[in-house]
Amino acid sequence: MKPEESATTGADLLVKALIDEEVEVVFGYPGGAVLPIYDSLFKQNRLRHILVRHEQAAVHAAEGYARSTGRVGVVLVTSGPGATNAVTGLTDALMDSVPIVCLTGQVPTHLIGNDAFQEADTTGITRPCTKHNYLVKAVDDLARTVHEAFYVARSGRPGPVVIDLPKDVLMNKHDYVAPKKPVQHKSYRPQVKPELKKVEEAIELIAGAKRPIFYAGGGIVNAGPKASKLLTQFVHTTGYPITNTLMGLGTFPASDKQFLGMLGMHGTYEANLAMYHCDVMINIGARFDDRITGKLAEFSPKSKKIHVDIDPSSINKNVRVDLPIVGDAGHVLEDMIRVWKAKQPKVDHKALKAWWAEIDKWRARNCLAYKQDKETIKPQYALERLYHHIKDKDHYITTEVGQHQMWAAQFLKFEQPNRWMTSGGLGTMGYGFPSAMGVQIAHPDALVIDVAGEASIMMNIQELSTVAQYRLPVKIFILNNQYMGMVRQWQELLHGGRYSESYMESLPDFVKLAEAFGAVGLRCHDPAKLDDTIKQMIDIKKPVVVDVLVDKTENCFPMIPSGAAHYDMLLGPDDRAAKPVSEEGMVLV
Amino acid sequence: MTSSHTISVLVDNEPGILARVVGLFSGRGYNIESLTVAETDAKENLSRITIVTAGTPMVIEQIKAQLDRLVPVHKVRDLTVEGPHIERELALVKVKGTGDKRVEALRLADVFRAKVIDAKTDSFVFEVTGTSDKVRTFVGLMESLGLVELGRTGIVAMSRGGEAL
Ligand SMILES: Cc1cc2nc3c(=O)[nH]c(=O)nc-3n(C[C@H](O)[C@H](O)[C@H](O)COP(=O)(O)OP(=O)(O)OC[C@H]3O[C@@H](n4cnc5c(N)ncnc54)[C@H](O)[C@@H]3O)c2cc1C
Ligand SMILES: Cc1ncc(C[n+]2csc(CCOP(=O)(O)OP(=O)(O)O)c2C)c(N)n1
Ligand SMILES: [Mg+2]
Repeated sequence: MKPEESATTGADLLVKALIDEEVEVVFGYPGGAVLPIYDSLFKQNRLRHILVRHEQAAVHAAEGYARSTGRVGVVLVTSGPGATNAVTGLTDALMDSVPIVCLTGQVPTHLIGNDAFQEADTTGITRPCTKHNYLVKAVDDLARTVHEAFYVARSGRPGPVVIDLPKDVLMNKHDYVAPKKPVQHKSYRPQVKPELKKVEEAIELIAGAKRPIFYAGGGIVNAGPKASKLLTQFVHTTGYPITNTLMGLGTFPASDKQFLGMLGMHGTYEANLAMYHCDVMINIGARFDDRITGKLAEFSPKSKKIHVDIDPSSINKNVRVDLPIVGDAGHVLEDMIRVWKAKQPKVDHKALKAWWAEIDKWRARNCLAYKQDKETIKPQYALERLYHHIKDKDHYITTEVGQHQMWAAQFLKFEQPNRWMTSGGLGTMGYGFPSAMGVQIAHPDALVIDVAGEASIMMNIQELSTVAQYRLPVKIFILNNQYMGMVRQWQELLHGGRYSESYMESLPDFVKLAEAFGAVGLRCHDPAKLDDTIKQMIDIKKPVVVDVLVDKTENCFPMIPSGAAHYDMLLGPDDRAAKPVSEEGMVLV
Repeated sequence: MTSSHTISVLVDNEPGILARVVGLFSGRGYNIESLTVAETDAKENLSRITIVTAGTPMVIEQIKAQLDRLVPVHKVRDLTVEGPHIERELALVKVKGTGDKRVEALRLADVFRAKVIDAKTDSFVFEVTGTSDKVRTFVGLMESLGLVELGRTGIVAMSRGGEAL
């Protein structure tokens, strides 16, 4: 059959290719340039389309879906404003290594470059905020491009991929021929298996350590749930302490006694001091982010550093390491465990005992302590109570960005990977709610909670309409301090308490707002009634917005001010006068 | 601590590839001292990009890793550290003048093995090839002899010996 006689259009072909990639759901928003795709979607029932209310939310929803399942999230938006609205989400996915395929409409090929209606240079705009992007100029290339895009999005270090689709390409007739699986890119082959010699060297270093620490990050989540199991097994085998980055939470069970909590700017005292004083650091799937290292010159000065990462560009970028191992965290851990078993190395029990004794001293500082009174709810208390009520339920947590996000990381305990969705690298306010929608779509029966701030939630509040439409019982748990709390905290600590534009004037009545969208609204300001409110929230099988009025001026501690070293941590309000922030630190974000 | 490195990059010859490479350099604040690009394998649809850049060893390592992770990049080779290599560039040099200056320009061109590729009674266009140093020296000499226009290709480079990229 000649292509012109084919019954299928480019758009039909696209939908078939998506189904072949085992896509179940697409988050999207229609427009002129993608009407052929919406027409093809209309004619089938294998692919589910979730209509969001803003394209940014479509990408975050796909991120939540992807991060909670390990699959590729799929987005569909129109040309011009549809594509530009997606840019924040794409950048977020790039920074946090989330596999996304984003289909964008484009004006027909003959109009490209003419400033046509709703034309934007989408491949130009998204080049720096995607792992890769494509402009499909002929329908012949469409199927291959789609399959290749999925391969690129999920292989190696995952990330977002854009496919820009001119309308004529979508309307041209062409047959779909299912590809021979698996489709790969012709040359892109990230290294997943490590060099065995390096693994052996690493085991030697690890076994000989006197003050070791594991530092595990989001790369373990990317490597799949098996990698978390292997990590846990290996850490147990060695008996060494472990800390997680914000993105790595859940890759090692938080309740385990070898877990020191999160490290970094708002990490625990024990995790940061252990990082500072260690003699061997085993970084697996973390990228020495500036939120972790603080002042680079004083970052863990006495340690030999092992760094396992699938992306060679993450290695020796900020911190020089002694033993780089390129490979997938799961494969490397498997090899490490095997080599360890084969060699049966003798660890230095005496030194380790002394090391743990020191760590326990730091732990005894109880750095996350806070004082709850009878009057106002402390945000930390709200999260402790929340955790108490959800811990035995099948639950997933997402967050917005700010103090509430850091408290959630500190006070909620993650026992498994893929249960914690947060915007770490870009720090995108407005991420949490749409992300929770994506999680709920993937796990319809689970309890999905967005821990939010009252400022952040306003950034994608329109999605209440989406959760109402699809009856997604997402819970929004707002820690309402009436401030952009994280901004206010920095202004208090760094700018002499001049609270310039950080007060959230004229907030909506969140209860009425919820009701207006067909959701349920709850409010609580009394510590004594908090438990009841949380129970109520959990019991209502509908979307619920909970407005928890918390202490307005509580600060998030511990805190390593920008540009300071790990030992210069602020542990509480009384600490800060003693440690003014340096001028060098002031310019940092 | 900063030093100059000549890097060869083999890439898919597809739309936007140069923008990707240049965007990487500008976006991450790396500098480009010279850049050349052209298709080198029509059958496989490959182009070769030669970049001269400068930085500390850590920055150079980053540049190579960042280039290598671009999806359409096949190979990245740092010729400066991977054994002996040769570099060449070509310049077109337009010199205007009559009398002694014209004679002297022609004499020097001969010394530098520059070819005359266009001649009028009061002007020459020379084609000179060689290392950047040689090209720069030749152009420097032409300055006092009526240099009016200059075009340079930037550097192309290759390792010595039988090994291919
Ligand atoms: C307000 C705010 C405060 C913050 N404070 C903190 C803080 O106190 N502490 C903190 O930890 N973070 C904090 N962050 C987050 C921080 O900005 C970074 O996002 C985070 O630290 C990065 O985590 P990561 O190192 O695990 O790397 P990720 O961004 O998760 O990167 C993963 C790394 O693993 C590699 N990788 C990917 N796949 C694999 C694989 N299969 N195998 C091996 N490697 C792989 C990648 O190449 C990459 O290098 C904060 C963020 C915000 C918004
Ligand atoms: C889109 C976006 N704009 C601005 C910021 C800078 N920012 C970081 S935290 C924050 C305040 C967040 O306030 P809220 O959501 O109320 O959380 P809180 O810190 O009070 O818990 C702001 C403005 C950001 N991270 N994202
Ligand atoms: Mg707030």
